[in-house]
Parts: sequence; structure tokens; C-alpha cells
Amino acid sequence: MLESLREVSETFSQWTIPLTMLLIICWGYAARVPMYESFITGAKEGFGVAVMIIPYLVAILFVIKVFIASGLFEDIRTVGVWCMTQVGLEEYAESLELLPLAMTRPLTGGGARGMLVEVFDTHGPDSFLGKTASLLMGTTETTFYIISVYFGAVGVKKIRHTLPACLIADIAGIFTAVVLGYILFGGT
Amino acid sequence: MLNKIWFWLLFIGIGYGFCKSAYREWFAPEPPAAAVAAEPATDEQATDEQAEDEQADPVRPFRDAGKNITEAAINAAEAAVALCLGLIGVMALWMGMLNIAQDSGMVDALASLLRPVMRWLFPDVPDGHPAQGAMLMNISANMLGLDNAATPFGLKAMQELQTLNPSEDTATNAMATFLAINTSSVTIIPIAIIALRSASGSTNPAEPVFGMILATAITTVVAIVAVKSLAKLPGYASTNPLKDGAAPPTQDSEEGGDA
Repeated sequence: MLESLREVSETFSQWTIPLTMLLIICWGYAARVPMYESFITGAKEGFGVAVMIIPYLVAILFVIKVFIASGLFEDIRTVGVWCMTQVGLEEYAESLELLPLAMTRPLTGGGARGMLVEVFDTHGPDSFLGKTASLLMGTTETTFYIISVYFGAVGVKKIRHTLPACLIADIAGIFTAVVLGYILFGGT
Repeated sequence: MLNKIWFWLLFIGIGYGFCKSAYREWFAPEPPAAAVAAEPATDEQATDEQAEDEQADPVRPFRDAGKNITEAAINAAEAAVALCLGLIGVMALWMGMLNIAQDSGMVDALASLLRPVMRWLFPDVPDGHPAQGAMLMNISANMLGLDNAATPFGLKAMQELQTLNPSEDTATNAMATFLAINTSSVTIIPIAIIALRSASGSTNPAEPVFGMILATAITTVVAIVAVKSLAKLPGYASTNPLKDGAAPPTQDSEEGGDA
């Protein structure tokens, strides 16, 4: 049943974009919009935005890559496993395998995808860890990337409570994923 | 805030890499296998090769760590530009389509359907403002997992929100709320994850979908509650560019949006 659900959802998502476009141009036709000119006006704007965000993206991506290359996340996991073993919570220590993924995820989408595949390869996509990692991937976002690109596009530098709010959402996502993972898929 | 985080990320990244590799080089020589395992995934290729050269050349964690960090910085800078260049085409395509949709009144029609929700989430955005439509398109694209389409709509929404902003460099509450919803990643069809799972040989790639929908619903609620409560904290409320009840420059912005 779920297999066919996947088929349906994949087919559906393949057709979302063409159908959206069809809807837009039909609506435009009905409203007698000069479509070609309207498209060009919007496209010019899009071009400008894409070029404008380059410096913001370089600034944030390079710092993030350097941070990840230092190997700090792996070491935090090792320390975390050691601590949990010391206090007698070995059976939950397994979920710490997801810690590097959880910490990479807000920083980079590509890096997190690599780590997700690594979890799949090491533990199998249908294992408890594989399924919980999928949950985790779905509930969190590449927060820093989104913040730098979106605010970069309008030149806003003082972002006030945006970052704490987004990080709270990410931390909530991590906890929800792990808790739901234990409830739905059962640990160890 | 971003200034401090930027500094600390870079400082900790380089500092930690420096100390760790120095420690490994001079105080705790490890077998090369452990060194390979400790490296992050992106550098695995490079360290594997170094491990093979092991017999001829003794391992030099300190030197290699410096090389890795340099490479990471330069590769990331190149990747960022490549990402933006790749984005130009998609951006032009979707901003063009969005412009047609706006000119024909389709976005307004969609926005009016969800007006009560939008009014509650973004009280500072006047009804019928182009920002409402763009935010709506962004959130819908995100829900369907259309990342390529979501970014152009999101950037457009930010520009429209900026026209309501009396300050040039300070975020409004509406911007913060919009980004919080965005990063809480409301999902209905997490197609990318399903694809990754089936590529890894899962027997049931769509199994976590129900859990994912449930979990993202929870995180979205948390995000909205968090961003609304944080906005009320005195420290953040006092920096609100709209705090004096200054009327947003609606008229100008609408002309600007249609131009």
C-alpha cells in the first residue's frame, strides 16, 4: 500500500511544476496579461537577485565548511557516548550516532545529505537509526543558509530574533524526530 | 548577532582543527585507521589516499589538517558561486512566472483564500500586499518539496516585506516569522528523502512519511510560538523597526511591486 502511495506521490510531484505553469499562463490569458513582457520583467528581477546573493553565500558557506572540516562534531559524539555509558544509559547511546547529522543539518544541506546516506550505508535505511535519521532530515532545515540568502537578498543585517527562533525550531525538530523515532520505530 | 556567530564559527573551526591535529601529531600518535575514521565525510577521499601512502611517508596529522581546512575554505567559496550561478536560470524562470501570476491577479486570489491565517501570522502586512502572495507561494512550494521553486518565491517575498520596512538593515517581525516558518520545513511530500532512501536500497522507502508529516507539524507550531514569544521580549521588541506604530509605506511599495 505504501509502495503505491510512493508511486502516486512521486508522480504527483513530477507534475506539480508543469501543471502550476499551465494554470499560471491560462489565468494570465484569461486576464489578458501581456505575458511575454511580464515574464521578462520578472526574470530580470530574478537575475539581479541571484547575482546579488553571491557574496552573502560565499561568506556563510566557507565558514561553515571550515567549521565542519575541523572534525569537532565527531569528537562531540565520542564524548557524548562515553558520558552516557558512564551514567548507565547505554541503550539510548545509539541515538547519538545521529548527533553529527543533527549538528550538520542547520549548516549545510549537501553535507547533511552526505551524512544521511552514510547512516543508511552503515546501519541500513530500514533500521531504527535509518528511519529516525530520515525523520530528522525532514524536520530540520538548512537554517544558516536560508537566513544568509534570504536576508542577503534584501540587505538586512540586524536580524533580531530570527536566529534564536529558527534554532528553537531546529532543536524542536531534532527532539521530535528522536522521540517519534523511538515511539514509531522502537529503539534497539 | 550574525557578526558574532560568523566570527566564532570560523575561530572555533580553525582553532579546534589546529589544536586537535597538533595534539595528535606530538602527544598521541594514533594508527592511521583511526585517523581516517575521525575525519568528516567530505575529506574521506583525501585521507584514504594519504593512508595508502602510509608506508612511504609517515602520517603528518598537523600538516594534513592545515591542508584540509584550506581546501574546505576554497572549495566552499567556489561551490557558493557555482550554486548562485546555477540559481540564475531557475530564479529568472520562476520570477518570470510569478510576475505573470501577479499581473493576472492569480496570486491575489490565492492570498485572499488564506487571508485570515496570513493576517494572524503577519499582522504588519496589509491585506492584498504582494508580500502575502509571494510568501504563500513559497510556503506551498516548500510543502510540496519543490525546493527549486521555493527559493525564488521566498526571495521575492523578502523583497516585498522589505518595502514595508522603514529601516534599511533591521529585520521586521514579519520577516522573522516568515523565516521561522520556512526553517521549520512544513512538508507534505518529502520526495528528496524518499528518493535517497530508495537509492540506498530500502525495502519501504515511504515508511517514515507519516512520522515526518506529524513531526514537521509539531515543529512548525513550535516555530510559530517561539517566534511570536521572542518578538515580545523587551530586548527584541525595542529594536522593532515598526514599534512606534509607524504606518508602513503601503502605497509606494505596491507601486514598486507592480513596476
